[in-house]
Amino acid sequence: MAKAEFEVPELTEYTEVPKLEVGAMAHAKSFVAAPEFQQALNFKGELQDGWEQEVIDHMGDLLGKYRSLQVYLDSCVKCGACTDKCHYYLGTKDPKNMPVARQDLLRKVYRRYFTFAGKYFPKLVGATDLTREVLDDWYSYFHQCSQCRRCSVFCPYGIDTAEISMAAREIMDRIGLGQKYCNEIIGKVFRIGNNLGLPGPALEDTLEGLEEDVFDETGVEVKYPIDQKGAEILLVTPSADFFAEPHVDGLIGYGKVFHEAGVSWTLSSKASEAANFGMFIGSYENMRRISMRIREAALELGVKRIVFGECGHAWRVAYSFLNTLAGPFDFLDPKYPVPQHILEFTWGEMQKGTLNIDKSLNDDLVLTYHDSCNVARGSRMGTEPGGQFTIPRNVIKAVCNNFVDMAPETIHEKTFCCGGGGGLLTDDLMELRVKGAKPRMDALQNVIEEHGVTNMAAICAICKAQFTKVLPYYGMGMDMIMSVHQLVSNAIILTGQVTEDDDDESAEDAA
Amino acid sequence: MSDTINVDGKEFAVDEEGYLANINDWVPGVADVMSKQDELELTDEHWDIIKFLREYYEEYQIAPAIRVLTKAVAKNLGKDKGNSKYLYGLFPYGPGKQACRYAGLPKPTGCV
Repeated sequence: MAKAEFEVPELTEYTEVPKLEVGAMAHAKSFVAAPEFQQALNFKGELQDGWEQEVIDHMGDLLGKYRSLQVYLDSCVKCGACTDKCHYYLGTKDPKNMPVARQDLLRKVYRRYFTFAGKYFPKLVGATDLTREVLDDWYSYFHQCSQCRRCSVFCPYGIDTAEISMAAREIMDRIGLGQKYCNEIIGKVFRIGNNLGLPGPALEDTLEGLEEDVFDETGVEVKYPIDQKGAEILLVTPSADFFAEPHVDGLIGYGKVFHEAGVSWTLSSKASEAANFGMFIGSYENMRRISMRIREAALELGVKRIVFGECGHAWRVAYSFLNTLAGPFDFLDPKYPVPQHILEFTWGEMQKGTLNIDKSLNDDLVLTYHDSCNVARGSRMGTEPGGQFTIPRNVIKAVCNNFVDMAPETIHEKTFCCGGGGGLLTDDLMELRVKGAKPRMDALQNVIEEHGVTNMAAICAICKAQFTKVLPYYGMGMDMIMSVHQLVSNAIILTGQVTEDDDDESAEDAA
Repeated sequence: MSDTINVDGKEFAVDEEGYLANINDWVPGVADVMSKQDELELTDEHWDIIKFLREYYEEYQIAPAIRVLTKAVAKNLGKDKGNSKYLYGLFPYGPGKQACRYAGLPKPTGCV
């Protein structure tokens, strides 16, 4: 497991459009899922003779189901507006990582088999036969798209490359050519309840440990309950929040906020995962099956509200699709959004004034904020347009005195992907992840130099894990990346909390 | 997929990423061979972690969360060592991933 042998891009003041290097990333190929991982998801185990016809059949099926897909495949006019908008192209220089080129991998086959011109005059319209080489290109380059949808913001027709990527992955899954990382993980969700495969007892042990830590630190008994029937709120959060840093510091923060708000809440061992990788592989059936766990857990526990923790694509699925996937949620309290984001909850409490915040406790930090792609471009928060941009920043500014935004063309709806989203957060794609992070790293480097930024906060488990790994490649510390609720946790003074001043006083009293 | 490593003349199956295919195959020699591949010399400190990972896995069927691990290290080896810096010092590729591999545990995958 030697460190990957590749050149780490040099950071530049502006992210420049690189000179093309044809085939620069053709070698990137994440591990293929073994038959047992495929079958657990009701996909064919492996590629079999006659797969070409299966591809065409499945493509036809998806075109019939999703009119958007056909519109996207038909409407591109090759204007070029998307070409320099993808972080993977900017970081890898490979022209096939231009969004239009990525779309064309599927489009050229679509044209050949589904359009009049492509059937009879293929050469005139860039239509090609489906061959093994084409399929291999699909596998490689549709696993070099993080489905972040930045390109779609700039496309005059609104073509969504993410949806084309999802369709391509769905077709490949169905014919037995799935990706190990995503499919093994989805299997674990079905088998054990979460991406990491943390069984109930391990969750309980971890949560007990958190209760001890918070008590040792504050002298307050903050609870991190699991499977508590009759609680008001079900918190659904990425399993990385139980497992990894800085994720877990965010979970500690959610618990402190709930404690101070005086609401009862619980986690669920059944729905111990917010993530829904079914979206990454474009599989409606798997996305629905993963979503149903949340509904079942909410019903079994008898909760009135569902709140989602810091997870980017989970929030897209929750905000945009949950109601049609697993609804109706008429058994929940209609006074609250269904579902609600933890940041909406925390910001609401801040406005009500229930949280006692000492901002100076974060004075050693200068923060910037990374908008996660699925939150920025696939969802919203609160009641105002753009709430997904303002609410996280409002919360950060409410708990930190020092906050600076990165360059405007790299934040909000134009945010750059962290480089590890969409099912690419796997070690076998490390070169892609490091290179794809370059545009974000350029922007970060600028605010470090100009404004002395020390840390970057995010609200996505993938972003946090990705930055932990790639920051060191660019000479930055892995602990630069923080959870937003970690900042909240630092600054919140719990009711009855023993502060250092109190300690000093009691020490003096004793003396 | 069907790669193997040779430990004391015996072949052990490992997956694409070099993790032991069957956790029950594990013998201490596995960690020695794997660490040699990484050009890392195992000290008593490394073995303490590997031992803890295996015990935890036996009880919970999963590697410990990083916080559980650092806490256990702090308790057994002293507070100054109970942090991820100490663990990354021992296992540069990450305690979760590198140490788990030496201990024969499956790789923790997800958003980590």
